[in-house]
Amino acid sequence: MLSRVAESIYWMSRYVERAENVARFIAVNLNLSMDLASEGHQQWLPLVTTTGDDKLFYELYDAPTKRNVLEFLTFDRNNPNSILSALINARENARSIREVISAEMWEHLNNFYLMVKDVGRAGGVSEEQLVFYEQIRASGQHFIGITDATMTHGEGWHFGQCGRFMERADKTSRILDVKYYILLPSPQHVGTPFDELQWSALLRSASAFEMYRQRYGRINPANIVNFLVLDKEFPRAILHCLSRANDSLHAITGSDPEGFSNLPEQRLGQLRASLAFTSAEDIVNRGMHEFVDDMQRRVNAVGGALSNTFFTRHAEAA
Amino acid sequence: MQQQTSMERVNGVSEYDVGDFYDEMFAHDASPRDNCNLLYKRVIGLTTLDLHRRKMAAERSMVRLGITFNVYGDEEGTERIIPFDILPRIIDADEWKWVTDGLKQRIVALNMFIDDVYGDQKILKDKAIPEHVVRSASSFRPQCVGLKPPKGVWCHITGTDLVRDQDGKFYVLEDNLRCPSGVSYVLQNRQLMKQAFPDLFESLSVRPVDDYCGQLLDALNYLAEDRAETPTVGVLTPGVYNSAYFEHSFLAQQMGVDLVEGRDLVVQDKKVYMRTTKGLSKIDVLYRRIDDDFIDPRVFREDSLLGVPGLIEAYQAGNIALANAPGTGIADDKVIYAYVPQIIKYYLGEDPILPNVPTYVCWDDKQRDHVLNNLHNFVVKPANESGGYGMLIGPRSTREEQAKFADLIKANPRNYIAQPTLSLSRAPVIIEDRLEGRHVDLRPFIIYGRDVFVLPGGLTRVALKKGSLVVNSSQGGGSKDTWVVEELP
Repeated sequence: MLSRVAESIYWMSRYVERAENVARFIAVNLNLSMDLASEGHQQWLPLVTTTGDDKLFYELYDAPTKRNVLEFLTFDRNNPNSILSALINARENARSIREVISAEMWEHLNNFYLMVKDVGRAGGVSEEQLVFYEQIRASGQHFIGITDATMTHGEGWHFGQCGRFMERADKTSRILDVKYYILLPSPQHVGTPFDELQWSALLRSASAFEMYRQRYGRINPANIVNFLVLDKEFPRAILHCLSRANDSLHAITGSDPEGFSNLPEQRLGQLRASLAFTSAEDIVNRGMHEFVDDMQRRVNAVGGALSNTFFTRHAEAA
Repeated sequence: MQQQTSMERVNGVSEYDVGDFYDEMFAHDASPRDNCNLLYKRVIGLTTLDLHRRKMAAERSMVRLGITFNVYGDEEGTERIIPFDILPRIIDADEWKWVTDGLKQRIVALNMFIDDVYGDQKILKDKAIPEHVVRSASSFRPQCVGLKPPKGVWCHITGTDLVRDQDGKFYVLEDNLRCPSGVSYVLQNRQLMKQAFPDLFESLSVRPVDDYCGQLLDALNYLAEDRAETPTVGVLTPGVYNSAYFEHSFLAQQMGVDLVEGRDLVVQDKKVYMRTTKGLSKIDVLYRRIDDDFIDPRVFREDSLLGVPGLIEAYQAGNIALANAPGTGIADDKVIYAYVPQIIKYYLGEDPILPNVPTYVCWDDKQRDHVLNNLHNFVVKPANESGGYGMLIGPRSTREEQAKFADLIKANPRNYIAQPTLSLSRAPVIIEDRLEGRHVDLRPFIIYGRDVFVLPGGLTRVALKKGSLVVNSSQGGGSKDTWVVEELP
């Protein structure tokens, strides 16, 4: 497979996953803000922090009002991580590899982009905002389904899987990081309905609420960390994401799943192993933020190694 | 059931004005031509609202499917669809047979000409066409002299533009022998038409166009069959910002081959390789959609970033086949075009089946004087432009424009030809709630591989602006599906 094509599939998948994640955060927060309105606890800045773009936000807007944050995260082309920017990037990547992906994938992604663009052009989201973000989330998930059902599960598909799961691992870690900070400094709320509401919101941000309930029943912070970081079977848990990325990486190279044949495989293997042999208690004791920080650095390092190994156009002619 | 008033119906066709033109659908008494009867009956049964709705549905599909072309220099929304009119243009099979014969004859002769020009140059030595005309063509590539393309074919893919005059007779307007575009629209238009008029396809036997990509792949494979058991084929594109990117991607997809850019390729030991995730992988045939000038910076334009350094050397060594071969542009220089009838006669000893539009070449003193004295009657074209750029349309031009062109011609007579303004045929087009006649041309596509294959029909381009003669999509033209109808129903 052409290096350029592999790279485009990888980024196409990452960007769709990114758009979907941002939409999910927003939808959850819109919901939450309705419950919290009476308490005067509306918070919109954490959403920006989740995507890691606080600095850029303050360059472009003066205050983290609901309206500003929604604009910044949804339609602002100056924000490379806004939903619209992510979809433009996903679509541009898809457009450059239309001959490799299925017609259904392209058509869906093109429509997905047109849908968001049209709402933006028509003046942004208004009354039906929740529906709009649910639509984006659903479109992102449809894309995954269509990809799974129509694209040969060969090398290209595996690059897409790598992109999707790396992005998802990163986003789950960010959700934990930000929410942990919001939740931690309010001991007066511990055990109150307000506390429960916020932890539930965190789970919903990762589409993990029902699955968590099935597994653990009651809301409990240590169990939530366990579920979102270390669960082997939940598809948005960090360890699960890294394992799936690892599977695809080995499928691409054909190397022994227990060993490694190149730098990304080595780095990813090490990261997985260190997660597999830790526990929620270890993480909380060590410090959630420190853990997440380290995690993101290492996920990025895997991404860098992946790019150098497969996408960089080496072997120049003499 | 809603009652339809006669006002809503298209049988307001009685208001359709054929005008003083050959109309593709209606005879001069406004009755439908024989082969259009069924279409006419079908359409007449629809309300204009219904027709309009079907047209909008087809155009929405095009947006949804991303069937677009890129507009250069357009900032907001650089992708556009080519407006699509859902009334097909019908050509009957007998007439098409004659067109096909004419096109085959022309392509065979033009290939012999290109091969000769870069080979023994017999035609020049025999003075069948003036040597200086060939030598002075900006599309002449001295680098290609002595090249022997695989199987002796230079131009594998041609899109020849045909027009009908007032008398309904076809003329060749120009040959596009470099990277002709549009075939993807023919194939996509047909898909859209099947959605718009499924029942018509059941009752008319319309010749299918679906095997174009299969024919193209066969022709490309054929070029490397001596060197590779299963040749690796690729489509070489300048990239997503090229106006015809959709087509490049579509053709690669339909053939199931790699779509490559210059940066994906590297030449080592005079062989061409693709950069893949598993290292370098050899490629045997390129359907290139990058112009000669940009294809290899070592041989042509040094500043090109689109091409592949060393590609031509690999080609000369016989390690890669290029379709179309570099240098084919010599045969679509518009001055050379004027000599195609002589070229056919010289190589095949036959009279041309399809006539040229009468053409004056301005390097000839007598012809130039005639052109300069009658600029208001002529269409003047530069020898080496495409897309309808840089033309003078005499009858529509101002005195200033004519003076400007007179200067241009005097300064560089070799670069200009002039043709009488043809009264191009028209076809009915859906304009809001009625049908109006618009000028059309036709671009059939020809593949020269083991044999010569002519795609039945081709791209009918429509000048959407009332009265306009400019059909190019870059200038706002639209398109229609073209049906070669096998037999009269």
